[in-house]
Amino acid sequence: MAVSREDVIYIAKLAKLELKENEIDDYTIQMNRILVYMDKLNELDTEKVEPLSHPVPAVNIFREDTVKGSVSREDALKNAPESTEEFFIVPKIITVE
Amino acid sequence: MQSYNNHREKLTLLKEKKLSLTENAAFYLDRISEHKDINAFNFVFEDSVEIAANIEKKIHSGNHGRLAGMIIAVKDVLAIKDKPLTCSSKILRNFNSIFTATAVEKLIQEDAIIIGKTNCDEFAMGSSNENSAFGSVLNPIDKTKVPGGSSGGSAAAVAAYLCDASIGTDTGGSIRQPAAFCGLFGLKPSYGRVSRYGLTAFASSFDTIGPFANSLEDIALILSVISGFDEKDSTSARIEVPDFVTQPDREKKLKVGIPSEYFGDGLNPEVKNRVLEVIEKLKNVEAEIIDIHLPHNQFAIAAYYILTTAEASSNLARYDGVRYSYRSKDSANLNDLYTKTRHDGFGDEVKRRIMLGTYVLSSGYYDAYYLKAQKVRRLIKSDFDKAFSIVDVVLTPTSPFTAFSIGEKKDDPLEMYLSDIYTTSANLAGIPGINIPIGYDLKGLPIGLQLMANQFEEQKLLQSASLIDNLLKQE
Repeated sequence: MAVSREDVIYIAKLAKLELKENEIDDYTIQMNRILVYMDKLNELDTEKVEPLSHPVPAVNIFREDTVKGSVSREDALKNAPESTEEFFIVPKIITVE
Repeated sequence: MQSYNNHREKLTLLKEKKLSLTENAAFYLDRISEHKDINAFNFVFEDSVEIAANIEKKIHSGNHGRLAGMIIAVKDVLAIKDKPLTCSSKILRNFNSIFTATAVEKLIQEDAIIIGKTNCDEFAMGSSNENSAFGSVLNPIDKTKVPGGSSGGSAAAVAAYLCDASIGTDTGGSIRQPAAFCGLFGLKPSYGRVSRYGLTAFASSFDTIGPFANSLEDIALILSVISGFDEKDSTSARIEVPDFVTQPDREKKLKVGIPSEYFGDGLNPEVKNRVLEVIEKLKNVEAEIIDIHLPHNQFAIAAYYILTTAEASSNLARYDGVRYSYRSKDSANLNDLYTKTRHDGFGDEVKRRIMLGTYVLSSGYYDAYYLKAQKVRRLIKSDFDKAFSIVDVVLTPTSPFTAFSIGEKKDDPLEMYLSDIYTTSANLAGIPGINIPIGYDLKGLPIGLQLMANQFEEQKLLQSASLIDNLLKQE
């Protein structure tokens, strides 16, 4: 098996996703099936192949470094689930165990 | 359905006052509400009739844009200022855009009318439009079938005559496959041809924006309008945009490459036979058919789903319940808020892809999956480079089968991924592709043919597509 149940729990933690017990079971089965299929790539010897990160060659796209306006505070806060006129509101960040 | 076959004819009718644009807009709005069961739209813009009245005045004054009066639906992954943008996800259910995507802005500048935002798979992840917080879209040709995905709503809207044309996005086939399932033309441009500014990112090195229409002429017209460099997207290409509508005559015989790898096991015989019939017809005209090989295509799906889920896991990290839209209630602390919001806000397929992407990027697995897939991406690109040194275009089926039944593949993610077998390679290589409707199977479902050309050779792609389209019109 490529990924264990414990792996799935760990990946979910990295991805900041809460998973229910049944979802952990489902994802373990499904991810294993998909990853086994992806092992197909190991049939290829790619030792001497350069990786391709981007389909179109484009490097160092420059622009003038001019100061321009950006999103206004009002616009930036418009879609927030909870905010004041100045800030996003979030629950307590530091908790004491 | 309409008294015109393309935008050129519509504009002539409007100018001669044989067609009223306000009535035309009202007609489409009525049809949209009559065909609600298809579920093609997430949002409909009722002010389209007022906008039509203004554009009608412009048309009669003689001072109007190239798309004047064209009624277009836009996939709900593109931003339009002060309009909802949900990506068919619960996590963005209350989000309103604060700016307009460049591609949409260009349509509006040329006096197109945006009639609404179309349903799609959540964050454009899916091949059947069954992964949507707004529910599944039905195929207007046969309502028991899927319209394809992820731009299923955009395809269904044009196929059901709910608008003149539509805009979709294609990361691994999401324009070409639904175009095939719904019997339309659908074009995926070269990566970088159209600015991605204002397109909600799924897989940034794969995402492209393109049109659906009933005619090739409208496809070429819309592509001419939305293409071009944009300083707001540094990956948009600094390459001149030709007028795709007026195509120069071909000087040489068209060389069409047929890759045997796209005609093997798993290809439905009815689809195969119809595509082979079209190839036979091409032999009788000014085209030379050449057998070619794209040997690494069999690895495309694996490489594609590793790379795109990796990019997606990073792009979708921004949905945290703090800055926009949906937030789960009763979180004890910030970490709780993130994990609960993302659990409740994302659908099943999106979470699965975030998990896969996080896994392939995680420490210890990066080389085995992500780096390996990037190397295979190079091999797939090299296959196409070799092919295009011999041929002008590559001809394949768009999908191995016609539209499948709703629910048929929903519970098997791998099976769903494999349905993209002929389309993901174009996105891996950044090349343009188009679906051409070439007929129907015995159940009456549309069959699609795909043409692909080298990077930024959309002109060649459209020329070749016209050749095939004209051959079929003579049938």
